[in-house]
Amino acid sequence: MNVRIDTTAPTRRALSRPDPWCAATLLLGVLALAFPLGAATDEAAAIGWLDRPGSLVALLALLGGAGLGLARQAGVVRGLGPAGYGFVLLAATALAMATALDVVHDLGAAATRGFWLVVLASWLIAWRAVDGVAAFSVRDLRVQRAVDTVVPAVFGLTLLFLWEVLTVGFGVPQVLLPAPSMIGERIASSTGTLWADFEQTFLKAVLSGYVMGCTAGLMVAVLVDRVAFLKRGLLPLGNLVSALPIVGIAPIMVMWFGFDWQSKAAVVVVMTFFPMLVNTVAGLGAADAQQRELMRSYAAGYWQTLVMLRLPSAMPFVFNALKINSTLALIGAIVAEFFGTPTVGMGFRISTEVGRMNVDMVWAEIAMAALAGSAFYGAVALVERAVTFWHPSFRQRR
Amino acid sequence: MTPTAAPEAAPDAAASEAVPAPSAARASAAAGGGPVVRTQKLSLTFQTADGPVYALSGIDLTVEEGDFVSLIGPSGCGKTTLLRVIADLEQPTDGDIQVNGVTPHQARLERAYGYVFQAAALYPWRTIERNVTLPLEIMGVPQAERRARAAAYLEMVNLAGFARKYPWQLSGGMQQRASIARALCFDPDLLLMDEPFGALDEIVRDHLNEQLLNLWNTTGKTVVFVTHSISEAVFLSNKIVVMSPRPGRIADVIETDFPPDRDLDFRETQAFIDVAHRVRMGLRQGIADDD
Ligand SMILES: Nc1ncnc2c1ncn2[C@@H]1O[C@H](COP(=O)(O)OP(=O)(O)O)[C@@H](O)[C@H]1O
Ligand SMILES: [Mg+2]
Repeated sequence: MNVRIDTTAPTRRALSRPDPWCAATLLLGVLALAFPLGAATDEAAAIGWLDRPGSLVALLALLGGAGLGLARQAGVVRGLGPAGYGFVLLAATALAMATALDVVHDLGAAATRGFWLVVLASWLIAWRAVDGVAAFSVRDLRVQRAVDTVVPAVFGLTLLFLWEVLTVGFGVPQVLLPAPSMIGERIASSTGTLWADFEQTFLKAVLSGYVMGCTAGLMVAVLVDRVAFLKRGLLPLGNLVSALPIVGIAPIMVMWFGFDWQSKAAVVVVMTFFPMLVNTVAGLGAADAQQRELMRSYAAGYWQTLVMLRLPSAMPFVFNALKINSTLALIGAIVAEFFGTPTVGMGFRISTEVGRMNVDMVWAEIAMAALAGSAFYGAVALVERAVTFWHPSFRQRR
Repeated sequence: MTPTAAPEAAPDAAASEAVPAPSAARASAAAGGGPVVRTQKLSLTFQTADGPVYALSGIDLTVEEGDFVSLIGPSGCGKTTLLRVIADLEQPTDGDIQVNGVTPHQARLERAYGYVFQAAALYPWRTIERNVTLPLEIMGVPQAERRARAAAYLEMVNLAGFARKYPWQLSGGMQQRASIARALCFDPDLLLMDEPFGALDEIVRDHLNEQLLNLWNTTGKTVVFVTHSISEAVFLSNKIVVMSPRPGRIADVIETDFPPDRDLDFRETQAFIDVAHRVRMGLRQGIADDD
């Protein structure tokens, strides 16, 4: 990073309004110095900034970052682009947040105004940093893609940081909301249980139900499309059913298919079937008149037209259903386990551990569900991009 | 640029391999010996919300084997509709029509014609090459043969370097040329072309006009060609059908006897100018009737 200090005459930019994020951070940071970090207790005196030199360094980094921003704006510092400045701020933020986490775990609920002002300042600077990094653009696509992931990552980490600092610093009861670090510890100490639950719910119930439901939906859609009276009779029904909260049938499925994963897979089959049916039928009608007439002019048969024209042009619709269903399937399987299951499974764990007040375990399961659900959705979206690369919504990215 | 090379190469390749459908179509046309298209009092009325639209009315048209027939007329006079009736994409409401001596439906099943639509209608998930080979795939032509033919016809429409591109990566004119290659590649004896060069610029259009004339000369295909352009119609055809609107009908039929090896400069000759004049008169008459 080439930072050049220029002391020549101020430019016109100096007259513009100062960057509000940087100005606010400077204000909050200086104000923080006037207060102690931790409150005095019966045994100990108040904890000041000099007792915690690390915190002082972190605060100075924040102040420096904010000051640099104002100096850039005034034209005093040249040669540092918005993205470069964003990365400088990112470093300052990382230092400030790491220090704040350290301090809050030491002080717990004793943390006081000086500390909270720094937390506020680091939040502001994180915001400003993301703003800068988002402006980053390079020719190299791979570098660009890596940088593009920085913004959501910083966003997520900042949320986790605030969650951690607020729950620890205000001593929020664990039953209400455990700190992320506690949830993390719980995950680390119960990988065996979590894996067993994942296997039961995701690998067995969700995946098998998803594959069966989507395949059946696709095949019935082709049949419905072929047979006119089915299209008139079954399709309105499908539209109706796909609007119903089908998880309600879970107890019935448990009665039919027993307590194990088969009944959960059955719920998933029913939940994913109708969205796939309705979408695919719509997709099979998506080819335009001229594309169809072309097939007609070659005297192509029904199956040839289906395979060479109608299924390819239905793919955007099919993937739409596959994506909706990836979410529905996970919800369906977890909720279905609330109605009876062997002593394993994500839904089972959530419902029993919440009864035992082991809320950190509940959160650990939720975290795993979120991760599995996102990965599932992401995988489907990747396949979609490979299959429907030709669709206008993907063309630009090729 | 050697215009003759590609069109000759491809039909040769076609002849050496057994290609069931196109050769069957050729056989039926040759066996009949009669006209390729014959219509008698052909009429088509569209029933619309605003009342009936008389798209075609009392069309008597004969297209002999080896004819190059241009349909010319103001828009809305039924040129597209007539072509679609021949292709069995539209059903006439009255009159008779035969294609290769059979019904248009039968002719379509025999894959008698290649149709070039006004818009390219390429499939966006297929490369240009695989768009061109689409009819061959449907007709069960083996892969090596398909690729050889695609290469020859893409060369002919000057798209040799674009076989692996997708349609949406090409300009509109290039897409239209690909669709022409697609109609030619299964070597149908009858080509139905609906303003195929309408969207192209003058230079490309001239080039393709020459190519098409050349193809027609060397292969003896029958062509029914819809156009808006008088000079295109006069340059290409041996029979110009001037149509007029409301109801869509034939105003004049002009047969020409130009030298088959004419080139673009032929458009400067007196013979050409005389025929163009007569076409213009016919068009003007059709519009005057309308007023
Ligand atoms: N499917 C249809 N339904 C109703 N009217 C139509 C349809 N197709 C064509 N027409 C009408 O028939 C007439 C002839 O159309 P067309 O053959 O496309 O004309 P051209 O190709 O000469 O411009 C026009 O008036 C047009 O609006
Ligand atoms: Mg038209």
